[in-house]
Amino acid sequence: MAKNSAKDIEVKAFATHQIITQPNPLRKVLRRVDEKDLDDPVRRAEQALAGLSGEFKDWMTTEVNRLSAAYVAIRNDGFTKDRRDELFRAAHDIKGDAATFGYPAAAGIAESLCRVIEHAPDLEKVPAELFTHHINAILAIVHENTRLDSISVSAELSRRLRKVADDYLAHVNRDRPEHLEVILAPSIVPAEQG
Amino acid sequence: MFRIDFNKLRFLVCDDNPHMRRILRTLLHSFGAREVYEAEDGATALEMYSHYVPDIVITDWAMPIFDGLELAQMIRQPESKGNPYAPIIMLTGHSEKRRVTVARDAGVTEFLAKPISAKGLYQRILNVVANPRPFIKTKTYFGPDRRRNTNSAYMGPERRVGEKHEVLQQPSLLDKARSTI
Repeated sequence: MAKNSAKDIEVKAFATHQIITQPNPLRKVLRRVDEKDLDDPVRRAEQALAGLSGEFKDWMTTEVNRLSAAYVAIRNDGFTKDRRDELFRAAHDIKGDAATFGYPAAAGIAESLCRVIEHAPDLEKVPAELFTHHINAILAIVHENTRLDSISVSAELSRRLRKVADDYLAHVNRDRPEHLEVILAPSIVPAEQG
Repeated sequence: MFRIDFNKLRFLVCDDNPHMRRILRTLLHSFGAREVYEAEDGATALEMYSHYVPDIVITDWAMPIFDGLELAQMIRQPESKGNPYAPIIMLTGHSEKRRVTVARDAGVTEFLAKPISAKGLYQRILNVVANPRPFIKTKTYFGPDRRRNTNSAYMGPERRVGEKHEVLQQPSLLDKARSTI
């Protein structure tokens, strides 16, 4: 259903570009309903997501164990591109998933760790404590705290780690303006979610 | 008021994280979708894209070997035998402005920053279904129209030549990405 035939596609050619238009191939899935229609697909989905929440603790444990294993491999054998990428992806997944799983402070710490991995000019020269403090904080939040971490020590821990990481990144990138600009730019995600 | 008949839509979901795939599958099935195909990397997704011809692609960005950005670039090949026009929703943990720009320039239709929400996902899908944009082909770009505002004084190197009215009035991808609901 997704594709129109070639004869439906209209191409207008200009000096530097073409504009290509076609009938909306998905128009048939739009259905007008009465304003009083009680069906709410978003609410239905939110309820289904809530139904999964019993599994979130186990999922989060899997994610942090992966992060921890990725760093242990680096600590034992040093940075390689593959090990660096695995550490970044593990942290990046936690950054994206943890708030959904009920651990918003862990998401914030994982974001801070991602920034260190992405913007430190030489990962071998990053103080090991900067990695271990981030990873241990995430482990502690998931293994030892409840999911109601956002109002407690873990939120403050997240803020402080972020400041330490940002100060470090600002210092080591002081001669790299393109990185500094990214480091100092605000996130597109509202702070309370992240 | 409009609703989407999700049971008529075919989705391709690409994310290397099994937990996120499970969440996406749950949300899409709850919306009413029946056909949800899943890939755990970009290469598999590209094969499935050719085989199943999905109506909408939802992809993560950071994945090993062949990431979501490359997947979008491979789909947006104007001469390909497949469908280069399918809407692509980039669902990602990246939350920097420059990432939105890079995704836009790869031909991504919508950008949704994690953490995911049912409302955010539904609105992105509704937008690509109800408000498709024309495609633009230049020497260096093929994908949905990237222009969102009027600036007749713009004289930069990427200014298009030859049109009087060429701008779609709609919020920028960045503005929409900032709106996570």
